[in-house]
Amino acid sequence: MNEASLIGLLIATVSFGALLYLAALGELIAEKAGVLNLGVEGMMAIGAVTAFIAGVEFQNPWLALLIAMLSGALLASVHGLFTVGLGAEQVVSGLALTILGLGLAAYLGKDYVGLRPGAELVPVEWGPLSELPWVGPIFFSQAPVVYIALFAGIAASLVLSRTRLGLALRAAGESASSTDSAGHSVLGLRLSAVATGGALAGASGAYLTLSITPQWAEGLTAGRGWIAVALVIFGAWRPGRVGWGALLFGGTLALKTRLQTFGVDFSPIILSMLPYVLTLLILLIISVRARKRPSSAPAALGLAYRREER
Amino acid sequence: MTQPSSLEKKEPLSVELTEVWKRFPGVVANAGVELSIQRGSIHALLGENGAGKSTLMNILAGVYRPDSGQLKLHGRSHQFRNPSDALSAGVGMVHQEFRLIPSFSVAENVVLGSAPSLIKTGQVEQRVAEMAAKFGLQIDPSQPLWQLSMGERQKVEILKVLWRDAQVLILDEPTTVLTPSEVDDLGEILRRMADDGRSIIFISHKLHEIAGICDHATVLRQGKTVANSLPVADTSQDELARLMVGASPTISTQQSAAVIGKPLLELKNLSAQGDRGMNAFSGINFDIKSGEIVGIAGVAGNGQRELADVIAGLRPSISGEIIMDGADITTKSPNHRFQSGLAYIPEDRLGVGLAPRLSITDNAILRVYRHQRKGPFILGQKALSYCADIIERFGVKATDVNGPIAALSGGNLQRLLVGRELDGKPSVVIASQPTRGLDVQGVKAIQELLINQRDSGAAVMMISEDLDELLAISDRLLVMEGGVLRGEFDPRSASRQEVGMAMLSDAQVRATP
Repeated sequence: MNEASLIGLLIATVSFGALLYLAALGELIAEKAGVLNLGVEGMMAIGAVTAFIAGVEFQNPWLALLIAMLSGALLASVHGLFTVGLGAEQVVSGLALTILGLGLAAYLGKDYVGLRPGAELVPVEWGPLSELPWVGPIFFSQAPVVYIALFAGIAASLVLSRTRLGLALRAAGESASSTDSAGHSVLGLRLSAVATGGALAGASGAYLTLSITPQWAEGLTAGRGWIAVALVIFGAWRPGRVGWGALLFGGTLALKTRLQTFGVDFSPIILSMLPYVLTLLILLIISVRARKRPSSAPAALGLAYRREER
Repeated sequence: MTQPSSLEKKEPLSVELTEVWKRFPGVVANAGVELSIQRGSIHALLGENGAGKSTLMNILAGVYRPDSGQLKLHGRSHQFRNPSDALSAGVGMVHQEFRLIPSFSVAENVVLGSAPSLIKTGQVEQRVAEMAAKFGLQIDPSQPLWQLSMGERQKVEILKVLWRDAQVLILDEPTTVLTPSEVDDLGEILRRMADDGRSIIFISHKLHEIAGICDHATVLRQGKTVANSLPVADTSQDELARLMVGASPTISTQQSAAVIGKPLLELKNLSAQGDRGMNAFSGINFDIKSGEIVGIAGVAGNGQRELADVIAGLRPSISGEIIMDGADITTKSPNHRFQSGLAYIPEDRLGVGLAPRLSITDNAILRVYRHQRKGPFILGQKALSYCADIIERFGVKATDVNGPIAALSGGNLQRLLVGRELDGKPSVVIASQPTRGLDVQGVKAIQELLINQRDSGAAVMMISEDLDELLAISDRLLVMEGGVLRGEFDPRSASRQEVGMAMLSDAQVRATP
């Protein structure tokens, strides 16, 4: 293993980390408000395909990103409408959303498979900072989405802990009836949290087709949406910890494509299992530990709320 | 027999409800209720369960809308569409079930709904602390709520309405979760609020507390006002009781002498952990003999619930032994214990005792379905007749035995649960808060069932927070505090005060001369 390939691995770690972080952050916001959305994978796929299409059609990466976020939010709102508005089972609706999103993405993108990208998000150059050895290429030559992810993480953390909106949102996830009786609209809070989550998942998908791959093919998201869902649990619903988790999983995703170039002779099939095996292992460890400690999950997660009118 | 109001001040009343009607399917909850409350007074709202107190207060707090009637605050008419409307008009309610968020801090709970858009934690906590200090509420605003006792949580609820600057505070049965000394504290806090010009409505059916705390009392019976704004100082407790029930109440349960036999349940040095990994109780030693009711007194959260769970086999013990009728059952399964004659009436009726969405029949056979099956199939006819038998013998009022059990009222739920548990002629009965939340009739029925069990030779353990009830029906009274037994009393000779003192923590006892 030489220095260049190690730097390459770390660059990929940060960029995959950001990809996962955006989606996980979106899921975290929705879950903090009490809505479990298992449709992250579907929303990512929709974000990826709409960003790619918009890139080809309009040649503007920023417009493509915006359209991807709107599409993600729109798809998430379907889940919001069913679960928050009508009180449908969140797990069922979320799974349906994944299937719907993946299918819809494949359908929308069938004429764009193998096309050259119309727009790409080019890495941001930070002047002398980007020239620094190690730090420069790893942190200061990344695509703008990486910085957006970082900014979104800090913003989410501050809003959740330091504002009236964040307090109300967390309250909606802990006890809907308390939130309602305090005069906040549980419906409004939960719907907007779900839509925000969808927008972030859409952005994550857009990052795939506008920068990482950049191509469209069916099945491009490859289960990364599911990793994002697991990350929220791994990070105990805390934006900071979810960020570290995203880097860890980003590292395994990066490793999978690179380990062979380091001269390690290993079955690529087993390697591609790595992130998912790690997901299972972490869920196992967390569940075992959770038997001894009170859970940090929002208390009303997954519970529909209907105001009691006798 | 509505009595004329004795108020003759020029100042408009802070609350005036006239001719309030509210019907629910099948019930008239309020049939033309009148209520008038003076500014700066503590006003008791009395009545039995089902008298319409809660409905009336939910109307005043904006939870329900009245079918008809007028609501005036400080002389001005109002119509509330929701609780927020009522809060903005200055009416705040402290519900019996607290609406608090355990993972939030005290301050976060207080300001939820009226927080500044940017929250500076230190500042907010300081303002909450100042408000608490003004009314003599001792509480640390930065503490997470789950660490607080029920009494402290109630203070947080009160702070919540004060934070919204409520001028009219409604407290729905506030003393049910408090120790005797906490009740005195609450009285002082309420007096301070009244002196500050606020009006307090105190819902209760405990007469001796009302005498100590309230200025006026309004009594409801069957949805009607039977006495409006009686001055409490000039009215005897007997008079109030008669107004409440319509005739002199005979709540005292006949106590026949117990015929005490051999010990059926022995606990030896028993310890177990609570939900959060800390010791719930430790070193518990006592026995219950055939033909006796042992009452466990104490404020909620001192290990009683966990003790009942451990005896029933729902929670593992970490040390000690449980001997039932000579056999060690410490590590046996709940079903084994049931088969050997242990009946368990859990505190959480709908969560632990019954399955809310299953039908009444299914719930009735939950314990005995093994005997009503053929191969893997449950015999429907046999189950139905078993259920009908329980319903009849224990006086459950149910119209549809195939409907979900959650549709039954609290009293009927409890009768069915108690009936199911007592049906197999158990030798040991563990009853946790069996009468909580029931009306006078329900309480009496459940108490009689337990006494019958005792008389037929069972060993009965009864956990309750109602000291009067325990003093009335137990043969022996143990007090649990901080997870250990603090004393044993003979209910025939012990006084409320003596037992009440033992229920308090050491620190509090030492501080009191």
